[in-house]
Amino acid sequence: MTLEKFIFGNLNWDVIPFHMPIVMGASIFMAIAALSVIGAITYFKKWTYLWKEWLTTVDHKKIGIMYIILALVMLLRGFTDAVMMRSQQAIAVGNSLGYLPPEHYNQVFSAHGTIMIFFMAMPFMFGLLNLTVPLQIGARDVAFPYLNSLSLWLTVVGAALVNLSLVVGQFSATGWLAYPPLSEFAYSPNEGVDYYIWALQISGIGSLLSGINFATTILKMRCPGMTMMKMPIFTWAAFASMILVILAFPILTVTLGMLFLDRYFDMHFFSSSFGGNPMMYVNLIWAWGHPEVYILILPAFGVFSEVVATFSKKPLFGYPSMVWALMVITFLSFIVWLHHFFTMGAGANVNAFFGIATMIIAVPTGVKIFNWLFTMYRGRVTLSVPMLWTIGFISTFAIGGMTGVLMSVPAIDFQVHNSVFLVAHFHNVIIGGVAFGYFAGLTYWFPKIFGFKLDEKLGKKAFWCWIVGFYLAFIPLYILGLMGMTRRLNHYPAETGWQPFLLVAALGTAVIAVGVVFQLAQFVVSFKNRKALRDVTGDPWDGRTLEWSIPSPAPFYNFAFTPEVTTKDAHWEEKERRKAEGPVLLKPIYQDIHMPKNTATGFIIAMFSAVFGFGMIWHSPLAIAVGLGGMVITLIARSFNFHTDYYVKAAEVERIENERFS
Amino acid sequence: MITKTRVALLLFFSLLLSGCEKVVMLDPKGIVALAQKHLLFDAVFLMLLIVIPVIILSFLIVTRFRAGNLRANYAPEWSHSTLLESIWWAVPCVIIAILATITWITCHTLDPHRPLKSDAQPINVQVVALDWKWLFIYPDEGVASVNFLQIPVNVPVKFRITADAPMNSFQIPQLGGQIYAMPGMDTELNLMASAPGDYRGMSANFSGNGFSGMSFIARAGSEEEFKAWVQKAKQSNTPLTISTYKTLAKPSENNKPQAFSKVASNLFRKIIMKYMEPNYEDLGEPSDPSKSTTIVTTE
Repeated sequence: MTLEKFIFGNLNWDVIPFHMPIVMGASIFMAIAALSVIGAITYFKKWTYLWKEWLTTVDHKKIGIMYIILALVMLLRGFTDAVMMRSQQAIAVGNSLGYLPPEHYNQVFSAHGTIMIFFMAMPFMFGLLNLTVPLQIGARDVAFPYLNSLSLWLTVVGAALVNLSLVVGQFSATGWLAYPPLSEFAYSPNEGVDYYIWALQISGIGSLLSGINFATTILKMRCPGMTMMKMPIFTWAAFASMILVILAFPILTVTLGMLFLDRYFDMHFFSSSFGGNPMMYVNLIWAWGHPEVYILILPAFGVFSEVVATFSKKPLFGYPSMVWALMVITFLSFIVWLHHFFTMGAGANVNAFFGIATMIIAVPTGVKIFNWLFTMYRGRVTLSVPMLWTIGFISTFAIGGMTGVLMSVPAIDFQVHNSVFLVAHFHNVIIGGVAFGYFAGLTYWFPKIFGFKLDEKLGKKAFWCWIVGFYLAFIPLYILGLMGMTRRLNHYPAETGWQPFLLVAALGTAVIAVGVVFQLAQFVVSFKNRKALRDVTGDPWDGRTLEWSIPSPAPFYNFAFTPEVTTKDAHWEEKERRKAEGPVLLKPIYQDIHMPKNTATGFIIAMFSAVFGFGMIWHSPLAIAVGLGGMVITLIARSFNFHTDYYVKAAEVERIENERFS
Repeated sequence: MITKTRVALLLFFSLLLSGCEKVVMLDPKGIVALAQKHLLFDAVFLMLLIVIPVIILSFLIVTRFRAGNLRANYAPEWSHSTLLESIWWAVPCVIIAILATITWITCHTLDPHRPLKSDAQPINVQVVALDWKWLFIYPDEGVASVNFLQIPVNVPVKFRITADAPMNSFQIPQLGGQIYAMPGMDTELNLMASAPGDYRGMSANFSGNGFSGMSFIARAGSEEEFKAWVQKAKQSNTPLTISTYKTLAKPSENNKPQAFSKVASNLFRKIIMKYMEPNYEDLGEPSDPSKSTTIVTTE
């Protein structure tokens, strides 16, 4: 091996796509954005602040904020991919091949799916969990704060690798799940699939660690009196989702690990030949992939449950039913994976089993929808922004659920499988369910974290653009699916008659784009008007759960006193009690608070994992050794650090609390 | 202004209507596709029994119990009703039980493996998905074709499907649903056209750069037309020998229809077996496009 090969592996100047103007434009834009951020930090002398307060923080609220920033940035990237696809399909008809050649187009749709699921939805979900779960259960932080920071930075590294593939080399062009044999070395010899594998492996480890962290937090760190059946429903949903993370993510890691062995060492797990079996990969990836969609949707269900109760000024209807429904869905989500490939040619009994198991999920989901409706029934419904997302969700999700059940009937699925009908279905549930839910959750908990509300008017405008745009963009896709349009087409013949519908779909995407602009404007305007929008009460929505019992923004130690609860909607009951008995006038006696110290370990390990991942992708032994060695050494060094915690003095707590209430 | 809007609206609706005739899955031309369409309608109907009330209720409840409407009942503690909850556990259960029964039955009646009932003797077609075209072998007639499928009307067709390329999915929507075409695998699909015509067939599973051009015409005609087509194919001066096949299997895009005579014996089996047992009867190693030259460049 030459020295050059040892250091750079397969890297050379040819991997930079100088000949592709669109990619170069995007790269230059990314470079300018990065440089201006770095410039701004330097100019305002914020490097120390950034390092001390953010990069090394173990505060779950700050980690949550960073997860959500990552999710929003990736939403913009993934949405740009969506705009490119929609515009390509709108014009690439007949003799016109559009503006994206297949080599590029295939990367765009692969990146869109990968980014939206792994680097938009997942960080958004973990962001919301971080912001909310410890506050809802009356905890100081998560069970393993340093692990939490590591999880965040591993996810960031995964996202960075995907975006790096835009500039250095190429991304995978094999769809968001990289089915072999197409993703095997024989058919995809470039580094694209390797970028996919390592971005997902690194962020996947982060997700698994987070899953363990939150499951432990929910099981072990609830405040006194909070039994499982008194937990806020969002925490229940988070718990269900974390069970799925713990059980499903190892499957992803192993599957991608085997694909890696195939690609690097010619192992033939999933190749068609020499005893390999591609359908084994398809089974495994969906054994993770189906639970994954529930990992994303269950916390969204949790958000809707909280929002609908708060804004109807009524307890959630049928709480025990809701918990049982969550658990039934959690269980069932593990025995339905085969419905993603009924067309594999399995026998009738196998297909029937998985089809029926799938449609049974509609029962608990239907129950949840009725419970949400009847939470509003005999309530006082305020149509605030989080509530708008919730109501928009109910009818949208009902339609998405319906098309899902249709496709769970194998004989129907044979026709619409892999068509844009399927694309419309999963966007129907992911946008209408997951995205709407997360937007509702962000708007709902925003004041608790930042101390001011988001602008209502812009929020409502964003909502209307999203929902109208969604229907415009995806109803045509349902019709196109029935017209026989397959997904992932780069161009199509004119006589198919698809173009008018694709034009409408492109228009819908434009409307959603306006919604995204409103959302960005909402952040800017709300920040500018933060004084007027300030939440002085700590309870801006007249909330029901513990997070609303502390000031906004929540102090870094969360609760000055560990709360004790006796009922389900603890804060609501407390307010009712105070209304009846009058406020408590006792002078509180503060105590020292035990807190975890900030640590750079998570950040450093993640940076080494980036070096390692990059080395694996480009076959650079040096980078692999440095990355792997760095991770191991940092980990060992950390285990010799015995000073990982400190006490906030009672006097300090008193000062902070008095400042807030004065 | 008004006329302009009117023209635009007219244009839009005429476009929509022109599109609607092309909703191929609602315009089936084969018995399987017809049964699948009926099944789709039945399932939609069953689901709408829940979905429509949910959508209506969501609007009614929100309007009625909006905070501004102080005449509406407000029951701030009401959060449980065994009766109501039993209803909405039970009703979806019943609907899903009905749909599950239908599913169980149709999984068997519409099983792709199941031979179709007919007085006519079925014809056999072996389908090979290649990078990026379809090869149809008629083993009984000894002919083959690329991107063109001729079949007789009202005669069951038994497809055996494989791939000598990444996974694809074989589908002719107006005749019936799809089945994957996988290398080293032998899947099965039974279809029957009930009306003559040209139907669009395609690959429904993404397989790489040339995927979008991987469509073909399935022409259903009379028995005589079928025989005439076979005769014509037999006279083709390109026989499908092993070496012709090897050239054909190399990646190429947007292939025009082409017919072959004298198909090498057991070709379909050899294509499958080369993945099981490399060098099985001179088809060589599994195709490896990274090592071979593309005959039609993608640039």
